Amino acid sequence: MAIDVRIPTILRSYTGGSKAVSGTGDTLADLLTNLDGAHPGLRGRLVTPEGGLHRFVNIYVNDEDVRFLGSLEAKLNDGDTVTILPAVAGGALGFAAAHALRG
Amino acid sequence: MCGETPLIGLPRLSPSEDVRIWAKLEDRNPTGSVKDRAALYMIKAAEAEGILRPGATILEPTSGNTGIALAMVAKIHGYRLVCVMPENVSTERIQLLRMYGAEIIFSPAAGGSNQAVATAKQIATEHPDWVMLYQYGNEANARAHYETTGPELLRDLPTLTHFVAGLGTTGTLMGTGRYLREKNPDVSIIAAEPRYGELVYGLRNIDEGYVPELYDASVLTRRFSVGTRDAVLRTRQLVDVEGLFVGFSTGAVFHAALAVAHEAVRDGRKADVAFLVADAGWKYLSTGAYTGTLADAETSLEGQLWA
Repeated sequence: MAIDVRIPTILRSYTGGSKAVSGTGDTLADLLTNLDGAHPGLRGRLVTPEGGLHRFVNIYVNDEDVRFLGSLEAKLNDGDTVTILPAVAGGALGFAAAHALRG
Repeated sequence: MCGETPLIGLPRLSPSEDVRIWAKLEDRNPTGSVKDRAALYMIKAAEAEGILRPGATILEPTSGNTGIALAMVAKIHGYRLVCVMPENVSTERIQLLRMYGAEIIFSPAAGGSNQAVATAKQIATEHPDWVMLYQYGNEANARAHYETTGPELLRDLPTLTHFVAGLGTTGTLMGTGRYLREKNPDVSIIAAEPRYGELVYGLRNIDEGYVPELYDASVLTRRFSVGTRDAVLRTRQLVDVEGLFVGFSTGAVFHAALAVAHEAVRDGRKADVAFLVADAGWKYLSTGAYTGTLADAETSLEGQLWA
């Protein structure tokens, strides 16, 4: 069972520069464990030591946010596309500037 | 003058007679976007709290619709508005802001968002008396939608089953969503967020991410990420099929609305799906993305904050 995983620029140091990698797993948790075999360290950037999804990471299965699909327990199927993105909800620039201004 | 916008049915784009799609036309607000509601509420709240006094200066670090809406309300209420933005924003936005009397301080385009942040910080240090309304954490932003957008929707469409809107400051979805959920616990609140090109995310470290203070995931039922190509495709479909001329963020929202509508058809459920049109397409014409091939449109929007 192959699942296509899109890697954001900031995490490509773990994938040898690859934009997309392939993995397997029945759930997102399984997939991340599987990926960590071929790309050591990647899982640690996405999952906290407590075992939850990192607050500033958004992961989507076929464009839907996994936090509304069971988070790490989200079910995966052959041919799914998983997209990993840093959380920058809102106009990224305006928010970054506003956040900084608040100090 | 603000709000009380039309809700129109889109029969040609609705999948069936039992699953109907509706558009809430927020481009029919005074400055042409949904942000007029939040701007008015945030300024009135700051006045009531004594934060804004006559002659005060408001600082807003954005080139988007909030800046334009604040400029209009500030002009009418007698405040000065200073906007900080990168120098490479579209000429339409700069002209609109200046028309409403806003002053603009540009940060060098080459520095990207880091430079805009640095410039904004420096200005705030030099002018500690300037007021920032901070739409991402300002409860008046969400309250505007709880008190106006939500009640208007339910009054005009009592059978509403799904509400779909864009996720930016999150104010629209939080305020409208809470109101609709209170009135109908079974309602689905759907977020559509733009997925930008890599240039936008490129330099951002995972640990430097931001989640707006207003955001409360428990208000949402589902959340979709919509890429540039799908947003452009749906934006063009709205013009082609229903004659509705909207901005690209609304194309992304419509993409999510169609997804939930077709799921309802597949599951044999009735549904009334209302989505929010945040603004019209005028400010984005200079992107060239309304005509030509989809690939060219995608390229022209790559690296831009199109929502």
